[in-house]
Amino acid sequence: MCVTIYVKNTAHLSTKIEHERIYKKDFDELAKGSEFMISVNPSTSNMEKLDLHNLPAEQTALDIKNLDLYYGEDQALHDISMRIPKNRVTAFIGPSGCGKSTLLRCINRMNDLVEICRIDGEIELHGQNIYDKNVDVAALRRRVGMVFQRPNPFPKSIYENVVYGLRLQGVKDKRVLDEAVETSLRGAALWDEVKDRLNASAFSLSGGQQQRLVIARSIAIEPEILLLDEPTSALDPISTLTIEELITELKEKFTVVIVTHNMQQAARVSDQTAFLYMGKMIEYADTDTLFTTPSEKQTEDYITGRYG
Amino acid sequence: MKKWFRTGKPWIWLTAGSVSISLIAVIGLVIMIGWRGLSFFWPSAIHEMDIKQADGSTKHIIGEVYDSEVVPTTRLPQSMVDLADIESETVTRYLMKIGNREYVPLDFTWVLESLVTEDTTPKDMAVIERSKDGNFYGRITAVTENGEVVAKQSDEDFRKVMFERVERAVELNEQAMGLQEGEISSINYQLNELSLERRRLELQGELTEQAIVDLQAQREQLNADYQVYEKELFDLREQAQRDALIVKDFRGEDVKVPMYRVLDVNFPNDMGFFAKLGHFFQQIGKFVSDDPREANTEGGVFPAIFGTVFMVLLMSIIVTPFGVVAAVYLHEYAGKNPVTKLIRIAVINLAGVPSIVYGVFGLGFFVYMVGGSLDQIFYPEALPNPTFGTPGVLWSAVTLAILTLPVVIVSTEEGLSRIPPSLREGSLSLGATKWETIWRIILPMASPAIMTGLILAVARAAGEVAPLMLVGVVKSAPMLPVDGNFPYLHLDRKFMHLGFHIYDVGFQSPNVEAARPLVYATSFLLITVIVGLNLTAIGVRNHLREKYRSLEH
Repeated sequence: MCVTIYVKNTAHLSTKIEHERIYKKDFDELAKGSEFMISVNPSTSNMEKLDLHNLPAEQTALDIKNLDLYYGEDQALHDISMRIPKNRVTAFIGPSGCGKSTLLRCINRMNDLVEICRIDGEIELHGQNIYDKNVDVAALRRRVGMVFQRPNPFPKSIYENVVYGLRLQGVKDKRVLDEAVETSLRGAALWDEVKDRLNASAFSLSGGQQQRLVIARSIAIEPEILLLDEPTSALDPISTLTIEELITELKEKFTVVIVTHNMQQAARVSDQTAFLYMGKMIEYADTDTLFTTPSEKQTEDYITGRYG
Repeated sequence: MKKWFRTGKPWIWLTAGSVSISLIAVIGLVIMIGWRGLSFFWPSAIHEMDIKQADGSTKHIIGEVYDSEVVPTTRLPQSMVDLADIESETVTRYLMKIGNREYVPLDFTWVLESLVTEDTTPKDMAVIERSKDGNFYGRITAVTENGEVVAKQSDEDFRKVMFERVERAVELNEQAMGLQEGEISSINYQLNELSLERRRLELQGELTEQAIVDLQAQREQLNADYQVYEKELFDLREQAQRDALIVKDFRGEDVKVPMYRVLDVNFPNDMGFFAKLGHFFQQIGKFVSDDPREANTEGGVFPAIFGTVFMVLLMSIIVTPFGVVAAVYLHEYAGKNPVTKLIRIAVINLAGVPSIVYGVFGLGFFVYMVGGSLDQIFYPEALPNPTFGTPGVLWSAVTLAILTLPVVIVSTEEGLSRIPPSLREGSLSLGATKWETIWRIILPMASPAIMTGLILAVARAAGEVAPLMLVGVVKSAPMLPVDGNFPYLHLDRKFMHLGFHIYDVGFQSPNVEAARPLVYATSFLLITVIVGLNLTAIGVRNHLREKYRSLEH
């Protein structure tokens, strides 16, 4: 049923090539005839499956150990432990308020901005706990980039938005900046649309373009990990598609962690998925397994739409 | 009726009604002040009147009708006029400006309409504006050069000759004035600096023979220069004294009006509408650009305009950084706890302190304590004459900056809290520190709000008079705070201010009648200046708003 809607949405696409490509994808999915209503993106299912619970150190991007998080008196995350593999897309799913965004924001210490927030446990990046006292938070955030739910370009030109992070690092060489702008915009699949108006205001772009600009801005400083917090929830279906395709490309260079409300999206773009419920990690497995043969009853209930 | 109330329409009427009342009040105020102020510049007709006196004789007067009022007849006996032929209950009387101050006890006089036996407005009546003793009214009969008549009223080109000579005298006067305010005042300034330099060396114990000789040489050089300029100045003055006007005044006597005192000659009875319009704008121009004369009751208000604008700009430069930095700390760094709340409330309440209290504070703290200490440390050579230890434009600006600080802080904080948190997060997630985020993203986006604060601050500061009277405003400042002598900005000088000028002209003036229209004209000008300053700031703000439009969504 969902797939049908998906096809309908793509019918708006104007360019013929894209049109055909998406149709093809949909037919592939239909042809697979998955017994669940959620179809799994064929490109991700081809990846070799990792043993997520005994991931070797060289394949681990992030190691979250016994993480507890409190907002004042309320505990928002309960004893989360997981290893996030390198150069893969990891999705966090779960109903509203389950703590998936909170967990994501722990990874680049965005929760530091919340005064009443308190954290126990560790998140290790290259064997170093990012919550150590001597960690430079700004440097950490340069290594762990983040894209938010709503596009939040700065009130500057497209060019200045992309080079913002580089300027912070003191890069002044015009050639280096120009090059970074082109690479990043190409990386975010936006170059062709904006190359002639780099000095236009970022607000002149559409919502989907703005979100890709924000992604370009994040990858311009070449982080190791890219956190995406429901990056498509404020966008129309076509922009969503473009960004989903982009995510699949991004994982070649970056480790991507994505929070999403949309289970189809998690199924389409991610290699492994974690299901959170009430601040607890219920299940963490590769996407195929989680969506086709979930081991927990709660997971199955959620993905079949019984609650959440 | 009940139904009508339920529709909510009465509310529309109520709210719209109060808006209309406010609008009418503001527009009425501006029109009243504007009308009374501007009509002063319109050339009024000159009347020649014969007035019946109590003893049966007639009195001849020349002048312009300045004001008129209707008084009940019963009030008149006290003013000792003959009421025999007045039958009506009220009578109109005119206030005449008759000028010619050296020949009459008062240059204004009341005239009862019923006693006027003849009233004409002859075309050859002239108003002579003079640099001393105010206007002179009368018929110009001749122009003289060194006592010899060169043109008579009957001559065909009489007015042309006269205007040429008036122009020559005005030009000579201007040259003399330029010399006095330029070169000569510069030499005086340098001489003063030299004696301060000598005193400084003396205090430091470095006054060697060599230094004394050097200083003496410089002094002699300056004195020699001065002699040259002085000679030039006297030369100009002498040239200006060559001509004179012979004027037949209201008594019928020929009076000699020396040309170097004449600023302008007009024949308002002989002007068409467009000539009058031209004269009107010319008078406004003079009012805006000239220095005041005759204890501020004549001439222009340029130093006051300059002082007001300069002081307000100086205040803006001081208040903006302080207010913004304070607001950034309160909003971005200070913990959200009762102490911060208390500070915020205190800041807001600071706006309610009466302004004269700030004046007292400014005098006690800035002028005497800070200024006095500055003098001790940096200007010991000038003591016991104070440099900064006396009211001046700097202390006025600082005092008003403190007065307007709460406004800037409050509106900047408002602006900071309106910036979407997602933008902060976006910047922080790119590895910016909090300071970098504030400097590169938050402050530029808050700039329209900062400008709003500044607009409110300027509006308040430009109209404030009471504290200034204690910390730097004077009735008449001999020098502007900006001139051509190094260091060009003299922040220790006293200054004139339009607000204080209104008070001074209106209430401290020796010539009440002459000053009254000036009060309105100056008020109108003050409003114009404030509106002008505000419009500039609003223009800048709108430009910034346009630039950072994202706040809207």
